[in-house]
Amino acid sequence: MSIILFKAILVVLLFLISLGIAAYSTYAERKVAAFLQDRIGPDRAGPFGLLQPIADGVKMFLKEEIIPTMSDKFLFILGPSVFMVTTLMVSAVIPWGMPLEFGGETYALQVADINIGILYVLGVVSLGVYGIMIGGWASNNKYALLGAIRASSQMISYELAMGMSVVAILLMTNGSLSINNIVEAQGTGKLYGFINVSGMNWNVFYQPVAFLIFLICAFAEANRTPFDLPESESELIGGFHTEYSSMKLGLYLFGEYINMFISSAIIACLFFGGYNFPGIDYLGTILPHNMVSIISVLVMFGKIFFFIFLFMWVRWTIPRFRYDQLMRLGWQILMPIAIVNVLLTAAAITLFGN
Amino acid sequence: MSSQLIFFILAALSIMSALFVVFSKNPIYSVIWLIVCFFSIAGHYIMLNAQFLAIVHIIVYAGAIMVLMLFTVMLLNLNKATEPHKPLLYKLAAMVSGGLMLLVLLASMRSTQLGEYASPAYTESGFVQNVGMVLFTEFLLPFEMTSVLFIAAMIGAVVLAKKEVH
Repeated sequence: MSIILFKAILVVLLFLISLGIAAYSTYAERKVAAFLQDRIGPDRAGPFGLLQPIADGVKMFLKEEIIPTMSDKFLFILGPSVFMVTTLMVSAVIPWGMPLEFGGETYALQVADINIGILYVLGVVSLGVYGIMIGGWASNNKYALLGAIRASSQMISYELAMGMSVVAILLMTNGSLSINNIVEAQGTGKLYGFINVSGMNWNVFYQPVAFLIFLICAFAEANRTPFDLPESESELIGGFHTEYSSMKLGLYLFGEYINMFISSAIIACLFFGGYNFPGIDYLGTILPHNMVSIISVLVMFGKIFFFIFLFMWVRWTIPRFRYDQLMRLGWQILMPIAIVNVLLTAAAITLFGN
Repeated sequence: MSSQLIFFILAALSIMSALFVVFSKNPIYSVIWLIVCFFSIAGHYIMLNAQFLAIVHIIVYAGAIMVLMLFTVMLLNLNKATEPHKPLLYKLAAMVSGGLMLLVLLASMRSTQLGEYASPAYTESGFVQNVGMVLFTEFLLPFEMTSVLFIAAMIGAVVLAKKEVH
């Protein structure tokens, strides 16, 4: 099997998995909300309501497509498309598991291991705002424009603190920007230098502050509660997607869930060892290599599902910020803490070595 | 696909999008074409194996500056109906400065000698580690001076914004 064919299969598979997880996230979100509010949640379509996402999808496709008369039609359609493309693009640099081996050749479970991996993530995330801005403006609606402006200023503000928190992680891995290297570094060495459990040398044990900052910024970048001011339905009637209907609205909603999935994957890779799990070396001695690879992929997805659950848990627990509070948190609290964290990490590495 | 073909596609895209920036009637479309132009230039950087430069170009220009630009254009709500008619003096001044620009360009073009095309060898000087090394050893002083310049600009912006309040 040539490497190009393998990568092509991986890309298609990732696309389908992202869409599938996004679809079932909508179901999971309702079930989690129901659980937290002591309700039952969707249970009519199929056993336990498992066919609910499919029913929702069919509904979205069959609804009437309305393009406002005074809107800019080309940009109106371009908005959700750009949003969807940018959310799907990030998954290219995430290592999903240990490499597979077929006939002496290794196939990395990662579409592209580029040496600027984490910068690529930050770059693509910063482009996500165009989908929202273009869509919000093209709607020719005051509420949509307000939502779009809120979204973009929020995303620009939180990108800085996010980048700063990542710098601390980069210092830990000798300045390598490749996500694959960051994940591999967390699978080797002893935790705190003396706890000898293989595959447990996770960054979160060294960088809890950076993790918290990154998590908060990921919530803000994905426009999730408590930072969902761009769409706050009570004041802005849905914000940037007020005028959207049918599958174009579906793309925006879907994009948000894919964002959540990708953010969870990035958090797992940067702070929770990616596909590494305790005892990965021991398992490698008693099981064939490909078996361990498959288990590592499952572990990776387990971590991702936990963080998706965390996203939902927070959404149904914490109320929305006010806009000035949001800005103050981003610029006056998270930014300084992130900078101090970077300086402390650098000082610690210089003084005590790794 | 040969790299030459990719280069020609990228070059055509950058020139076309740059032309559309100038010729678009709607300022929003101008901004969007400029973003496309930045992307094709980032593509050129990748072709030269300068990945760091390419991604920083996208993060800084396409990701931050153009968002602010789009922001401003959207809020200004420019359209043809409210655009004021420009007086004759402005048009004359624009024509004269454009002509002078053409003159300078022509003069400089006349005296340049076209060198032989040398195919760029494979180089790793555009990788993050190498750029960082050069930036923090050889070009440390200019690098620090730029950051001072940025701080000055930032403080200036804050001062200007604060004045409005009183």
